Order: sequence, then C-alpha cells, then structure tokens
Amino acid sequence: MAFMPFLTAGDPNLAVTTRLIEELSSAGADLIEIGFPYSDPIADGPVIQSSYTRALGARLHIPEIFVAIGAVAKKIRTPLVAMVSYAIIFRIGNEAFVKLAAESGFAGLIVPDLPGDEADEFQTLVGSHGLDLIQLVAPTTPADRSARILKNASGFVYCIAVAGTTGAREGLAPQLADMLKTLRTQTTLPLAVGFGLSRPEQVEQLRGLADGAIVGSAIVRHLEELSTNPGKLEDVVSRLVQYARSIAAAAHTSR
Amino acid sequence: MSSTAVTAGKASSNVPDAAGRFGEFGRRFVPETLMHALEELTVEYARAKADPEFNRRLNELLRTFVGRPNPLYFAERLTEMCGGAQIYFKREDLNHTGAHKINNTMGQALLTMRMGKKRVIAETGAGQHGVATATACARFGLPCVVYMGEEDIRRQKLNVFIMRTMGAEVRPVTSGSRTLRDAINEAMRDWMSSVEDTHYILGSVVGPHPFPMIVRDFQSVIGREAREQSLETIGRLPDEVVACVGGGSNSAGMFYPFVDDAGVELTGVEAGGRGDKPGEHASTLTYGTKGVLHGSYSYVLQDPDGQTMDVHSISAGLDYPGVGPEHSYWRDTGRVNYVNIRDQHALDTVQLVARTEGILPALESSHAIAYAMDRARQRKPNEVIVVCLSGRGDKDVNEVARLTGQDL
Repeated sequence: MAFMPFLTAGDPNLAVTTRLIEELSSAGADLIEIGFPYSDPIADGPVIQSSYTRALGARLHIPEIFVAIGAVAKKIRTPLVAMVSYAIIFRIGNEAFVKLAAESGFAGLIVPDLPGDEADEFQTLVGSHGLDLIQLVAPTTPADRSARILKNASGFVYCIAVAGTTGAREGLAPQLADMLKTLRTQTTLPLAVGFGLSRPEQVEQLRGLADGAIVGSAIVRHLEELSTNPGKLEDVVSRLVQYARSIAAAAHTSR
Repeated sequence: MSSTAVTAGKASSNVPDAAGRFGEFGRRFVPETLMHALEELTVEYARAKADPEFNRRLNELLRTFVGRPNPLYFAERLTEMCGGAQIYFKREDLNHTGAHKINNTMGQALLTMRMGKKRVIAETGAGQHGVATATACARFGLPCVVYMGEEDIRRQKLNVFIMRTMGAEVRPVTSGSRTLRDAINEAMRDWMSSVEDTHYILGSVVGPHPFPMIVRDFQSVIGREAREQSLETIGRLPDEVVACVGGGSNSAGMFYPFVDDAGVELTGVEAGGRGDKPGEHASTLTYGTKGVLHGSYSYVLQDPDGQTMDVHSISAGLDYPGVGPEHSYWRDTGRVNYVNIRDQHALDTVQLVARTEGILPALESSHAIAYAMDRARQRKPNEVIVVCLSGRGDKDVNEVARLTGQDL
C-alpha cells in the first residue's frame, strides 16, 4: 500500500516545506500532497485550518508555492499532488493555474470543492496538460453517483473514510470496507483512503482493501510549534520523519 | 468554468436552472460529502413546493405565528422631511422575532421534518437568523445548534440570550474574523459530519444550490405582499424598491416578485463601512470580483490569490464578504442597481427614523432607509419608493449606545 502524506505549503515557511518534502520522500512516501493554504477551508478540521491560517498569516502567496515546488520536484522521484480549493484556482485563472502546476512539476490536482458534476470542463483542461484530476468519493456518495464520478477519473481515487472534516480519529468507520469493495467494482484505478488516518494500526486495517493511505493532520500537527519556536526545526523534522517511517512501514508491509 | 453565460441583457425570473445557475452564477462548489444531501434537498424542495398541503401549512404558520401579512406603511413625516418622493416601509420589523428571517426558517423547518431529519444547525451574523431558527425549532421541538462568531456574540448579546432561552445551543466561532463568514464555515463543517440526520437551515440566499433558490422563494412573500399592497394602497406599482444587501435575503425576497416589472427600479444597498479601501467595507457588488465562496460562484471580496478578505460594517448582518449568486446575476444584467451607505450615515438614520416615525430600525435596514431618503430628495412628490424595513433595532441598542457614547 502506498504511503501518501500531506503537507501544508508555507507552514511555517516554504523553505521548511521543501526540506520536509525531501525528508518525507526519503522516509518512504510514495506520493506527497501539498495543501495550498485557503482562508475558508470548509472540508478541513482544526489542525489543517490552523496550519493554513499560520501560512497565510506569514503572507504566503500562491505564486511562491509554484516556485518552491518547481525547485524541489526536480530533486525527488516522489510525485507531488496539489490539494487546492477551486476558489484559488478560479481566481488565478483555470488555464493559468493548471499551466503553473504542470510547469512546476505537479503530477495532479485534488480540488476538494469541485465535485464530479462541476468538473467536466476542468478535467479536460487538466488532462490536456498531462496532469490527473483526482476525484473524491465520500461515505455519503451513493453507488450510482460514484459510478458516474469515476467514469472519467484518472490517477487514483480519493476515498474519504468518514463523513466529516479532516483530522485524526479513533479506528475506522465500519462502512468503509463496503464502500471500498463497491468502488473496486467501479474502477481499476488505485483506491487511496484519507480523512481520519493517523495510526499504523489503522493503515494495517486497510490491508487488502485499499492501495494507499493518506495522512494529513497527523503530519501537519508536528508543524504547529515551528511558528513560535523556529529553533525546534531539527527536533520537529526528526520526530516527523520517525512518525512518517512508522506509517510508511505499516503501509509497505500491508500489501 | 463556462463563460458563455448571460451577462448584459434582460434578467429572467425563471432562474436558477437545474444545475443551480443564475446566468453564470451559483452552482455547487462543495465537498463531495455534502453533494448527496444537496441533491436530496433539491428533490424534496421541488415536491414540497408543488404540494398544496405543504403550502397551506406554511401559509397558516406565516399568518398565525409570524403575523403576516405585515403592513405597507406610509412614512409621512420622513417623506415631508425629504420633500420629494413618497417613502413607504414594508414592515418586516413587525414579524414575530423582529425581522424577515423567520419567513425562511419556518419554511425550512417544515422541510426538515418532511425530510425526516432530526436536528437543525444554523449560522448567524446579527443573530436574527439564529433567533428565527431557534424559534422555529422550539415551535416544532427540533434540537438546534447555532454557530455565531465571537465578535458578533459581543455585538448582539440580546439575541444570544433569546436563542438560549428558546432552547438552542449557541456555539461561539473563534476562527478567522469571528463573524458571519466563519460561522458559515463552521456550520458547513458540522454538516459534513452530521449530514445524514441534520438539516442546515442556511439563512441567506448564499451557499450551494438549492439554498439560494429556497431562501429566495421563502423570502419572496415580502415582495409579493409589497406588490399587492402597492396596487391596493397607491393604485399602481412603486417607482423604486430599495433593500439592504449583505448575503442578500431580504432584498432577494423583496426584489424577486418585481423582476419582471420593467418600470420598477430596484436598488440594493450594501454596507459602505468606514471607507472604500479593502477591509473598510462590505460592498461586495461594488468592489468585489467573481469568485467562489461558501459553495457558490458569485461576486466575492477577495485578494488576487482568491483568499477571502476581511470586511467591515457597523451592522453584523451586512458584515459578509460574499453575496447571493442571484444578486450577481441581477448586477451583471443591470436589473438591480447596487449602491452603498457608510456606517455613520446608517447610524444617524437609526436615530432620525426613531424620532421622525416612532420606529427603531435595525442598523441593516437603516442602510436602505438612508439611501431611500437620498433618492426621495431627487424624485418628484408623485413618485413612490418602497423600502424593505427588514428588521427592528432592539438588538442593536447596546451597539448604538456604545457608538454614540451613551450608557444603557
């Protein structure tokens, strides 16, 4: 199973973000999601919200993310995927944004507030630049709807583990296994599970059901203290790497 | 996003389409988790709308519980003072709970029960929608949680007390600007995890489809009554209809029944705040750009990166960086003219209307009245302006006292 960690771009600054991308890449990440800080992230729980607020509070601007990613993407083999609100994409301009993303080395986009129904034109645009637009399926998505969403999907499928916002939770929802089994019959794309995952045991439970484990808040949580205490950088990096290795190990033994 | 939509040209009242589009505006930009609930709501609302029993029950509640129809009132002394067009007030302030918000919450509470949902959540800015939701929920025995920004809780203590008395739980929101925008974010997040058994009673014509349509429809009782009352009282339609615009629910309800009446000028009044620089006002349709906020494509006050900007208004109900998609449609088709009124002017108008007419308007509504007075001065005495007096000012007394240096 693939280990897919998430990092907020620019928390506490882009130099740390790019350093962590390299660290996560060597710690066994198979794909890294880069969150673009947004002022009104409806799908995010308190950890990622605060992380976005810190990055924006440090006056991060979207074009700077592309510059930083452009530099680091060349150094690693791990694919990078942008997690970005449609509010940002539309404001920059759909075409301009996708072009920037492609040029800076992103392999795909996850746009959590652009549901399948609204995505047709945008999907074509993303595809024409050689990127994947990752589709999301939720526990509340009926099977006929997921079939429709997955018809034009590419890359992998982002399976939302719980109805709710991002953030660590105990255990896994009992319906998750059924949802993944249904999705298997609808697509040949890899299924990656996200929202609520933080522990190696949870990742192990996905064995045989999913092809990827997405871990966001549990990674981002480590960044909290860096804004007020930049001297802790090496501590934080080593703790984060250690944590990432534990999840990577659970994922990679769960074939 | 399609850019082939209707801009300049005649505004249709036959909107939105099945995808929730008002011209190019509206639609649904929300996480997948909410999509099924929005589809269900769309289907169930269409059924309810066509169901005579649902409409009979709603109309009965509006009559016996809300106190409709409320009057169209000739503001005689204000008219004399301005020395121009006649000013009429549509008295939404006389509704139960003191504002137009209850028109929508009664309708959506009935929808909640029709869908078999067991719990209600809502956001509130000025607290009027929170009170109206708490009231509707108390009336039907539905548990209710209201999200309210910490800054607004400070400004609107009376309404917080009323909500709690009605049995609602008021949850303070401490993220971002701690106002309406953040309260909507938190309500949406609650809904992400509670969507199976909870209905979100959104209070304005904002958010993803079908909310802008549902709220407009329930609020259109304002414009329908005002239109009929104009024909009865003055024997014709008014020359101009004026209403304040934050998210835009009282104005959408007031304007919608007049959209096809080409001779009636429609004017929406936004919060001009302290000035015209970013952060000093909440005039989305004057200074905003097209973008996505809270699940809908509309005009937004945003920076070049698409980050929502902080806004300011003396009035908590207008303190919002977005606006309903139908207003954006009306703006771009030229059907409605949008202007703004500054804080001080609105504050002065509260006091002026209280002394001249014996009516204490809400700070929100006084933005509309202030503009209507300016317009009346430019118009002839045989012309008529109808203003939506969307709510009463009781909730604002602490804030007005503070701002005018008085003790309460």
